[in-house]
Amino acid sequence: MKRISLICLFAVAVTVASHARTLVVAVDTALPDLKAAVAEAADGDTIKVKKGYYYSYNTLITKRLTIIGDGYPVLDANYKEEVVTILTNGVTFSGFVLKNSKTGSMRDYAGIRLHKVHNVTISNNRLINNFFGIYLSDCDHVSVIGNTTSGTGTELTAGNGIHAWQCHDVIIMNNYSTRHRDGIYFEFVKKSRIISNTSERNFRYGLHFMFSDDDLYQKNTFRNNGSGVAVMYSKRIRMFDNLFIENWGSSIYGLLLKDITRSQIVGNRFVRNTTGIYMEGCNLMTANNNTFINNGWAMRILANCENGTFERNNFESNSFDVTTNGLLNLNKFDQNYWDKYEGYDLNKDGTGDVPYRPVSLYAQIMEQIPQSVMLMRSFMVNLLDKVERAIPSLTPESVKDINPKMKPWTR
Amino acid sequence: MFKIAKYIILDIIRSKVLIAYTLLLATICTVIFLSDSDVIKGLVSITTIVMIIVPLVSIIYATTYYFNAAEFTELLVSQPIKRRDILLGEYLGISSSILGAFVLGVCLPVALFALSATGITLMVAGGLVTLSFTSLAFWASTKTRDKSKGIGLALMIWFYAAIIYDALVLLFLFTFSDYPLEKAMIVLTALNPVDLARIMILLKLDISALMGYTGALYRQFFGSGTGIAFSVSMLFIWSVLPVLLALKIFSKKDL
Repeated sequence: MKRISLICLFAVAVTVASHARTLVVAVDTALPDLKAAVAEAADGDTIKVKKGYYYSYNTLITKRLTIIGDGYPVLDANYKEEVVTILTNGVTFSGFVLKNSKTGSMRDYAGIRLHKVHNVTISNNRLINNFFGIYLSDCDHVSVIGNTTSGTGTELTAGNGIHAWQCHDVIIMNNYSTRHRDGIYFEFVKKSRIISNTSERNFRYGLHFMFSDDDLYQKNTFRNNGSGVAVMYSKRIRMFDNLFIENWGSSIYGLLLKDITRSQIVGNRFVRNTTGIYMEGCNLMTANNNTFINNGWAMRILANCENGTFERNNFESNSFDVTTNGLLNLNKFDQNYWDKYEGYDLNKDGTGDVPYRPVSLYAQIMEQIPQSVMLMRSFMVNLLDKVERAIPSLTPESVKDINPKMKPWTR
Repeated sequence: MFKIAKYIILDIIRSKVLIAYTLLLATICTVIFLSDSDVIKGLVSITTIVMIIVPLVSIIYATTYYFNAAEFTELLVSQPIKRRDILLGEYLGISSSILGAFVLGVCLPVALFALSATGITLMVAGGLVTLSFTSLAFWASTKTRDKSKGIGLALMIWFYAAIIYDALVLLFLFTFSDYPLEKAMIVLTALNPVDLARIMILLKLDISALMGYTGALYRQFFGSGTGIAFSVSMLFIWSVLPVLLALKIFSKKDL
C-alpha cells in the first residue's frame, strides 16, 4: 500500500513537472507585466521577467511560482501601493529591483510582503525607497538571502528594512539594509537565524528584537546606526562573532540589552562605540571572548542585572571599562584582559596576582555628576584613581576580576 | 628686538640647562613608546607628563632666566632701545628656546612613533602650553621685585594651574551639582591653560565617551570643530595676554 502511494506521488510529481511551463514577461508583448503572467500561470510554473521598467501596484502572487528577474527588471509602485505580496507557499522570488512603495501611518506598506506562507525564498533583490523593505508576517521556514534594501532616508517615513512578525524558523542571510528605521526587526520571532548581514546608517537600530526567543545572529556588521542592536524582552538569544562599529552619540549603544535572560554574547567586537554594551534588567547572561576597543564605555551594566558571567574578554583603550549605577556584586568577572590593570605577576603564570576593579572611582563620580567629564585624564582624576587603588576601602566593595590577564587574549 | 632674541638664544644654548630638559623629555617619550606596544596608551602617558612637567619647566626656567639676565636688561635699558622691544625680544628668545626644547624632546619622538591626529594635537597643545607658561613667567617676573619672590609666584601659578585647579573644580561640581553647570564648566576650563590643552587632547582620545553627553551645549562643544577652535584660541590668548600685561608693567617699572 505504501509503495503504491509512493508511486502515485511520483506519478503526480512527474505530471506536474512535465506540465510546468516558463512564461516570459517583457514590455509590449502578450504578457506586458507580472500581474498578467501570474493570472496566466499555473502552480509550479516559472515566470521570467525580462529587463525593463514595469509598474506593479501590489501584484498578488497567489500561485506556487518561481519568479525570476532577468537583468534586474524594475517593479515600481509609484507611491500608490505595495509592490509585491506573496500569499502562497513555495514561491521563489529573485532578481528584481522594487521601488517606491506607498508610505503611511495606518498600514505598513512594503516592497515585498509575505503573509501566512512557508518555504518561500526571497533572494538577490534590490529594494529602493520603500516604506518597509521585506515584510514577513505569520510565516515560517522562509529564507531571505542576498537582498539589499535602502529606505526612504527620512526619519518620519522610514519603516524597517527586513521586518518579521510572528514567524519561526526564518533565515536572514547576506542582506544589506540602510536608511530605514530598523535595519532588521524581529517581533515574536522564534528559532530564527540572522547571518552575515550588514546594517548601517539606520535611524533606530541595526537589528531589533522584541519578544523573540531562541534566535541566533552571527557574523553581522552593525555600523553607525541609531544603536547597533537592541535586544528587548527576549530569551535565549545567541549573539556570536558580530562587529559593532561606530555607533555614536548620546544614549547610543553598540548593543542594548533590556530585560532579557539566558542569552550569550560570544566572540563579538565592539569598536569606537559611545557605549559598547548597555545592560538593563538582564539575568543569567554570558559575555565571553569579546573584544572592546576604543569605546567610550565598554560596558554599562545597571545594578538590576543578576548572575552575569563576563570572562576572557579584552578591554583595550576604552575611556571607561565598566560603569554601573549601583553595585554589581551578583555578577562574575573572571580572566579578562584590562589594559588599565597595573598589577604584577610574580609567578609568571600570565594572571595578575592582585584583583582588578573595573569600576573606577572617577567612573562613580561621573555617575553622580556627568559634567565632570571635563576633568577626564586630569592629574586630579589620576590621583583619585591611584588613591582608590591604594586604599580600596574608600569605595564600597564592588565588582572585581580576581584573575586579570597580563596579556590580551589572541583571537 | 630680533637681535636681542638671537643673543638670548645663543646664551641659553651655552648654559646647557635647556639641553638637559630636552634630553629628559626625549628620554621619557622614547622609553614610553618603546616599553608599550600600544601607541595610544603611550600618548596618554605622555599627555599626563606633558601636562605636569612642561608647564613647570617653562615657567620656572623663564622666571629664573629673566632675573639672571636683570643686569643685561639694565644695560639694554640704558641704550636707545624701546623698553617694549627689550621685553618682547627677551620673551621671543626665551620662549622660542623652550619651545625648541619641546619640539626636539616631545614632538620628534611622537612624530616618529605615533604620527596621528592625536599625536599632532598633543604637539600643538604642548607647544601652546609652553608659550602660555613662558608668558605667565614674564608676568610673574615683572610683577615682583626680587628673584625669590618671582620664582615663588611662578611656582604658585604652576601648582595652582596643574594641580589645585582641578580639585577646586571638582569641589565646585560637588557643591553645585543640583544646578545646570554646562556653561560654567566650559568657562572654568577656559580659565586654565593646562585644562584647555588637556581638553584638546581629550577631544581626540576620548571622543566616543564625550559624545555620550546629552546636554546640547556639550554636544556642540565636543562635536564638530567648536571645541578645538575654542581651546586653541583661548590658549593663544593665554600666551599673549600675560606678556602684554608684563609689557605694561615693564614700561613703567623703576628698575
